[in-house]
Amino acid sequence: MKLKLITDKSAAGVMFSLTLLSLLLVVVIAAGLIFKSMPILEEHSLWELISSSKWKPARGEFGFLPFIVGTLWVTGIAILWTLPVALLTSIFLTENSKRWVKKAVFPILDILAGLPSVIYGVWGIVVVVPWISDWLAPMFVEFSTGYTLLTGGIVLGIMILPLMVSLFVELFSATPMEMREASLSLGATRWQTTKFVLLRKNFPGILATVILSISRAMGETIAVLMVCGNIVQIPSSPLDGGYPLPALIANNYGEMLSIPMYDSALMFAALILFVVVMVFNIVSRVILRRIENKYI
Amino acid sequence: MDDIKKGFFRPNQKFTTKVRERASIEVKDFNVSIGGNHILKDCSLTIPDKQITCIIGPSGCGKSTLLRSFNRLLDMTEDVKIKGQLLVDGEDIYASGVEITSVRRKMGLLSQRPCPLPMSIFDNIAYGCRIHGIRNKKKLRLVVEHYLKAAGLWDEVKDRLNTPAARMSIGQQQRLCLARGLAVEPQFILADEATSALDPISSKTIEDLFLKLKQDYSIVMVTHTLRQALRIADYVVFMYLGEIIEEGPAEQIFKNPQHELTKKYLSGAFS
Repeated sequence: MKLKLITDKSAAGVMFSLTLLSLLLVVVIAAGLIFKSMPILEEHSLWELISSSKWKPARGEFGFLPFIVGTLWVTGIAILWTLPVALLTSIFLTENSKRWVKKAVFPILDILAGLPSVIYGVWGIVVVVPWISDWLAPMFVEFSTGYTLLTGGIVLGIMILPLMVSLFVELFSATPMEMREASLSLGATRWQTTKFVLLRKNFPGILATVILSISRAMGETIAVLMVCGNIVQIPSSPLDGGYPLPALIANNYGEMLSIPMYDSALMFAALILFVVVMVFNIVSRVILRRIENKYI
Repeated sequence: MDDIKKGFFRPNQKFTTKVRERASIEVKDFNVSIGGNHILKDCSLTIPDKQITCIIGPSGCGKSTLLRSFNRLLDMTEDVKIKGQLLVDGEDIYASGVEITSVRRKMGLLSQRPCPLPMSIFDNIAYGCRIHGIRNKKKLRLVVEHYLKAAGLWDEVKDRLNTPAARMSIGQQQRLCLARGLAVEPQFILADEATSALDPISSKTIEDLFLKLKQDYSIVMVTHTLRQALRIADYVVFMYLGEIIEEGPAEQIFKNPQHELTKKYLSGAFS
């Protein structure tokens, strides 16, 4: 009897410390990044670093604005086109499709979700890049290599699409059937029910899903790096090449460290990513809480 | 109750059925099987107008299925096969080309657990009117007030119409659902064990409301509680294993049941 109690208590203790460990991990990573980016922060002001667009490491000029803007562009494009696609797909799957359709679609989505990032990158180079350079870009600009922010956004979108769909499906399936019936029995059509009841009820969840996807998308590296051109410039349109933060770090870390401050600059880039994702998560949590209190 | 007339806010008269054609629900040789299970077997039944009809019977006898087939909510279930006719106002609602939304609109549904829509109290009532095309705010306010009064809820909620409906007590929620159903001007009220999740006082309130509402509506309720049927039923349908064993005026069924199974059920031999 006593042994049982001891086991029980120690199990709780172990689980608690493991939880603490993962919390600690966040702190350790943050501390490491801050520590490593201190040298560059001592030399340049924070504002100068994030607002300048001059990137000449050899001359000691580190302006991160092009990378920040590049990240935002790629992530924005990815979310912009995947959100409606994922939302409508999951509505179709939960509300309108027969069981066998679901059975056929989910395994495919799982494969899509499980594919290594590099495969998306290769696919992007082989399919999306030529499509943009030969077909889409000529309609708007004179010349494009096809390695653009739009390409990055498209490839990135395909990568986060399965995650979004499965989260949305989870969300909609958890909505009680009675709620749909309540609306239908008033003479509402399925679409009205979806629009006014399902989407409304799940609005906080949809927002949370989008936020999670954005956080995922911001950090996605390899595939985006392969297709978005990696040109240091402030892009003026989606058909320009860009250089997102993760690509900057992955491309240069370990290679150009002979340049003074470069090491610290890359660490600072990582810190920016870290902070952006964190702030994004916190702010969205606050918004979510507000919405939930208002509606439900 | 009569500060607004029934039908006053209709944009057109398309949905109203002429009084002489108002026949009520007629079920003819109705068969339902779900996923190969034969749930309803050759059910034939006529639901009388402006009365409370109670469908009684042991669990799993198909009461709810029958009720859900009245407003075609059965369509939501997969693998349903339906045979036979179900006439509402003389129109077979399972015939092809029937507009389901107008069929459903004729029936206010009250489910087992109240299920307020994820919006404010006001919007819950106004929802039905809005989806049927009423946008005029003044009219909507009138409708909301009228039906909240009809459900005896107005005094309790008039100062917090804009708070989420989910914050009401469960008894209030059920009355809200009733008011919401009434606001689209149905002819029938379908109640699927509508009081089983409620406390005794709230159940009593709902029952009293039904007694009042039967002047204007035909009420069909599925109930597990025999006593409830005894209290409020005008007409009783007894079902067993998917078949309608006996039906008739409440008095006749309760005092002088003809069928052996009905007698046994009423005496409490099984439930």
